[in-house]
Amino acid sequence: MALLTKKDTNLILDPLTDNNPITIQVLGICSALAITAELKASVVMAIAVLFVMGLGNVVISLMRNIIPAKIKIIVQLIVVATLVIVVDQILKAFAYELSKTLSVFVGLIITNCIIMGRFEAFALANGPWRSFLDGIGNALGYAVILVIVGFIRELLGSGTLFGYAVLGDPIAKTGLYATGYENNGFMIIPPAALIVVGIIIWVQRTRNPALVEEN
Amino acid sequence: MSDKRLTFKKRLHIIKHHYRGKKMAPAFNALHTFLFTPDETTHSGSHVRAADDLKRTMNTVIMALVPVLLFSMFNAGYQYYAAIDAANGVIREVSVFGNFLTWDNFWIGIIKVLPLVVVSYGVGLLVEFIFAVIKGHEVEEGYLVTGMLVPLIVPIDTPLWMLAVSVVFGVVIGKEVFGGTGMNILNPALTIRAFLFFAYPTWMSGDKVWVHEAVERAGGPDAISGETILGYLAQNNASEYTYSLSDMFFGFIPGSVGETSTFLILIGGLFLIFSKIASWRIMLSAVIGALVMGLMFNGVVDQGWIGDTSKFYGLMSFPFWQHLIVGGLAFGIVYMATDPVTGAQTNRGKWFYGFFIGFLSVMIRVFNPAYPEGVFLAILLMNVFAPTIDHYVIRGNIKRRLKRLKNATVLPKDSEGEEKELQVETA
Repeated sequence: MALLTKKDTNLILDPLTDNNPITIQVLGICSALAITAELKASVVMAIAVLFVMGLGNVVISLMRNIIPAKIKIIVQLIVVATLVIVVDQILKAFAYELSKTLSVFVGLIITNCIIMGRFEAFALANGPWRSFLDGIGNALGYAVILVIVGFIRELLGSGTLFGYAVLGDPIAKTGLYATGYENNGFMIIPPAALIVVGIIIWVQRTRNPALVEEN
Repeated sequence: MSDKRLTFKKRLHIIKHHYRGKKMAPAFNALHTFLFTPDETTHSGSHVRAADDLKRTMNTVIMALVPVLLFSMFNAGYQYYAAIDAANGVIREVSVFGNFLTWDNFWIGIIKVLPLVVVSYGVGLLVEFIFAVIKGHEVEEGYLVTGMLVPLIVPIDTPLWMLAVSVVFGVVIGKEVFGGTGMNILNPALTIRAFLFFAYPTWMSGDKVWVHEAVERAGGPDAISGETILGYLAQNNASEYTYSLSDMFFGFIPGSVGETSTFLILIGGLFLIFSKIASWRIMLSAVIGALVMGLMFNGVVDQGWIGDTSKFYGLMSFPFWQHLIVGGLAFGIVYMATDPVTGAQTNRGKWFYGFFIGFLSVMIRVFNPAYPEGVFLAILLMNVFAPTIDHYVIRGNIKRRLKRLKNATVLPKDSEGEEKELQVETA
C-alpha cells in the first residue's frame, strides 16, 4: 500500500487550488493582509501556521472521542493557544527581530479562522493521519497565497526579496532605479494586499469558471 | 465602385463586416466608432430619437475642459519662467498679453502637458480595447472624459511611466472589475490620482513638484520654490506667498496642471449646467458645504480658541471663501463630483452628496497637513456613500407618499369590518 492513497493526496492538493482557504473560502484574510509586506514575514508566518495546524489537527483528532460537545470550542482554543505560545516563544528566542515584525499576528494565529475551521470541519470527524494531511494541506494553501502576495508586495513596494535588493539601490540609483523606476509606496500599505488577493481570486475564477458562485 | 476609390471609412466598414462575430470584432468596431459616425441605424420598432447619447455627453464635457487645458499649457510655461525669475530675485507681475500668452510659455506646455494627455489616452484606450476584446462587447466611450481629466489633475513633472501604471490600475481596478463604463463605484480619474498619490508620494506632494524642473534644480544656485498656496498655509507661512486674489482666481499660481484657473473652471461649469450635462445641485451644494466648513474654521479663529502658534492656524484663518479659488476644489466640484455614474442620482440625494464633498474637502485640507489637497479624497469617499444616500432618499420618499396616501384615502374594509393596513414593499 502506498503511503498516500489518492484520497489522501487530494487532502493536501485540494486546498492548494480549488478549495484554497484564502481565495475560495475567504478565511484568514486578516493576517494575509497585515503581514505580507515582506516576503520573509510571510514565509515565517506560513511556517508557524503549518506547525500549529498540522499538530493541532492531530491532537484534536486524537481527542475527538473524549471531548464533551459542550466545551469543544474551549478545548480547541486551549490546544491552539498552547501551540501558538510554543511558536511565539521559539520566534522570540531565535528570531527576535522577525517576531517584532510579526508582532501580535503570531498571537492572533489563535483566532485564525482557518485553524478553527479545520478543527471543526475535519479533525473532529477523522483519524489522526488524515487530519494531519488535511492540516498540512490547508496550511500549505494558506502559505501559497501568503508567499505570492508577499513576493509581489515586497518586490514592487520595496524592490527587495527576503531583504536582498534585487532591483538595485533606490538611493544610489543603481540597477533598475537608474532608469527612473521607483518603488511603489502603495504596495506597502495593507489595502494593496486586499487588491492583490482580489486579483488572485479573479484570475483563479477566470481559469476555472466552476468556482464562480451562482447569483 | 473600384477598390481604389474606397475611402478609409469604407475599407474599415468592410473589414468590420469581415470580422463580424470573430474575436477581434470589438476592436475594429471600436476604431470605426472612435473615428467616424457609424452608418448603422436601428431598423425596426419605434424609438425616441434623442441626440444626446453617451458620446455626445462625453464630448460636451471635453469641450468644457478644452479652455482649461489650453490655459494650463500657458500656465506651465509661465510658472516655469516666473520661478526662474524669482530665483534671481525678480518678482513677476502677470500681464496676460505681455508675459502669459507667449509662445515660450506655450512651448513648455506642449513639451510637458501634451505627453501627459497622449499617455493618458493611449494607455487608457489600450486597456479599454483589451477588455472589449476579452469580454466581447463593443468598446465604450467611458474613457473619453477620464483620459482628459487625468492629465489635468497631476503635477506637471509626473513621470510618464508612473502615469501609465496608474492609468492601468485605475481603469482596471477602478472600472473594469465592476463591469466597465457606467458600473463603476469610484470615479476612475480620481482612482488614478489616489493611486499615484499613495504609490509615489514624493512626486505628488511637497513644494518641488508643481513647477516644471523644480526637482532637478533643488539645492542648486537657482533653486526655486514652487510651493502651492495651500502648502504655504499648511506651514503657517501665509505671508510668504506673493499671489494676489486675482492671481488665484484667474489661475496664475502653481498647482496641478489644470486645477489653477477658477475663472475658466467657472465658465466650464456654467457651460455644463446650461447644456444640462452636469448637475447644478451638486455644484451649488458642494460650494455651500465648503463655505460652511470654512466659516466654522474662521469662527474658531475669531473666537480666539486657536492662536497663531497652532499648526492649524494658517489654514483655519484663511478667509473661508478663498478656499474655493485655491487648490483643486473648484475643479473637483465642477468636473469630478458631477460624474453622473459615481454621484448620487436622486435630486435630494445630490444636495447631501455635494454638501459633504465641499464640507469634507475643506476639513481634510485643514486637519491633515500631509494632504494639503483633500478634495480627491472627499469625492472618493462620497462616491462610496452615494448609493446609500440614494437608498435612504428613496425610502424616505416611499414613506412620505405612503403617509399621504393613508391620510387621503378611505381604507378598504376586510370581511370583519376592520380597516386593512396598507402595505408596501420597501426593500
